[in-house]
Amino acid sequence: MRAINVSGLTKRFGRVTAVNRISFYVEEGEVFGLLGPNGAGKTTTINMLATLINPTSGHAEVAGAVIGRDNYKVRKRIGIVFQDPTLDNKLTGRENLHLHAMLYGLKRGIIKERIRKVLKLIELEGKADMLVGNYSGGMKRRLEIARGLMHKPRVLFLDEPTLGLDAQTRRRIWEYIKSLKQEGMLSVILTTHYMEEADYLADRVAIIDNGKIVAIDTPANLKKSLGGDIIQLYIRGSEKSYRGLIHKINDRIKVKKTDLRLARTQTGEDELLITVEGGNDKVPLIISMAEREGVRVVSLDIHTPSLEDVFLHFTGRNIREDGADGYERNREFIKRMRR
Amino acid sequence: MINLTAVYVLWLRETKRFLRSKSRVVGSLAMPLMFLLFLGLGFRGMAVPGVSGGTGYLDFLLPGILGMSVIFTSMIAGISVLWDREFGFLKEIMVAPVDRTSIILGRIAGGCTTAIIQAASIMVIAAFTGFHLGGVLSIIYESAFIIAIAVAFIGLGLIFASQMSDIQGFNLIINLVIFPLFFLSGALFPISNLPGWLRVFSYLDPLTYGIDGLRGVMTNSSMMAAGADMLVLIAFAAVIVVTGAYLFEKSNVV
Repeated sequence: MRAINVSGLTKRFGRVTAVNRISFYVEEGEVFGLLGPNGAGKTTTINMLATLINPTSGHAEVAGAVIGRDNYKVRKRIGIVFQDPTLDNKLTGRENLHLHAMLYGLKRGIIKERIRKVLKLIELEGKADMLVGNYSGGMKRRLEIARGLMHKPRVLFLDEPTLGLDAQTRRRIWEYIKSLKQEGMLSVILTTHYMEEADYLADRVAIIDNGKIVAIDTPANLKKSLGGDIIQLYIRGSEKSYRGLIHKINDRIKVKKTDLRLARTQTGEDELLITVEGGNDKVPLIISMAEREGVRVVSLDIHTPSLEDVFLHFTGRNIREDGADGYERNREFIKRMRR
Repeated sequence: MINLTAVYVLWLRETKRFLRSKSRVVGSLAMPLMFLLFLGLGFRGMAVPGVSGGTGYLDFLLPGILGMSVIFTSMIAGISVLWDREFGFLKEIMVAPVDRTSIILGRIAGGCTTAIIQAASIMVIAAFTGFHLGGVLSIIYESAFIIAIAVAFIGLGLIFASQMSDIQGFNLIINLVIFPLFFLSGALFPISNLPGWLRVFSYLDPLTYGIDGLRGVMTNSSMMAAGADMLVLIAFAAVIVVTGAYLFEKSNVV
């Protein structure tokens, strides 16, 4: 049985379609990544699957229960770590865990033991009796992960689990998430806009953009789907010379239109991206063609495609282009729509 | 079905939060005590029209001040849902497998507890100034009124909380809702002194019956019989809480 099964799920806020007929599934024991820029609809998707908001249309089954119809069952079987902290700052870490355990109906006899176990997992035993208000951002996130696991959920939702954390803390949280996988049948669905995070943690990744899923596969397959290597050239030259070079490359190497991308920069050094099979062998040819067309190659780089390249390929833009700005705008907008 | 464990643990949370916040404990006592002290002493010798001869103004005032402390605490307990939303904790409660009724009962239980703690503190302090506390039975009756007032106004707080999107409007509520309800209730003077058109609003104010009932129990001088006050108060509380619960259920969590 699948942990999550989603078909045609849609959420509209007024005239804005935040999530547009998405469909996917998550296998039992799988770590599934929802990858997309801020404002793509990841959190809205999570909120629907966690029964916090009702979908406008579509169907979803989580841990064997249908959202909207069996919300109580869904809630009992999932754990969730939201993007923003949801802890009570006036209670200690231990009290927060205890409150959670009681809300989820754990038996008194096992609560103590369970708290001890999850505290150990996230290495917060020493700070458990401190007020959460005095915790650092990383400690709060770890405590929330622990809390999400206390009632042994079948599906764990992690919404941007490392957002705003420093590199070291992020690493640690990644290790916790990895270690969960070895625990058995727990399925994890995580949203992120960090490519490395999805690549490192997820068994399969769905790329979501503007409320739509544009690709789903394993990170390896997604990267492979671009075909071969990415040659990145930093070049200088005239408009005419660029056109000549691109024409030549099309002619001699036979690359698809979408696999050849020229990006202008302000520095005068422009960027040419070529996705091609056996990149190493093609480089000498490309350089000699460039020389003949009068294009100066300033530097070059060859790499196998990263998820970053995959994202660029499917959405036509860089994931980092929509910074916090776009995200804040979107959130503000959605907030306003609800008033 | 009501989940008693959830009610208990949410009650525990509210109570712990209250007791840990020293400023809330002190602050919630300071204002009622100042009212009691300055008004009580200031008007001590004066004959307030409508206050029957045997009862001094201080005796008349004390039930009103108790009502005042309860209305402030319980409205804030209801509105504090907004803080939980602001700080995210509301989501933790709302994704838990707990029905909304239990969540509201937990909050009501917590708010009633803080109201009782405050009222008891005021009574003890009043006892030092010479107020006669009365027997066990009258303390039970007084507690019943305090709880009934608290329930009604926690419900009212919930209604406001579910209609507000952030905590900005909080001061407005205090000034434009709590204070008028307090003044209309006859806490400081007999409402028979108010002009007729204004008195209509007094009769629509649940606190009026709460304070009249407390007065009946504590000083034996009230407009209505305490039992009748209690019935009206319970009717108000029931309507308000059901409305509050309904609106809370409908409000956005995220």
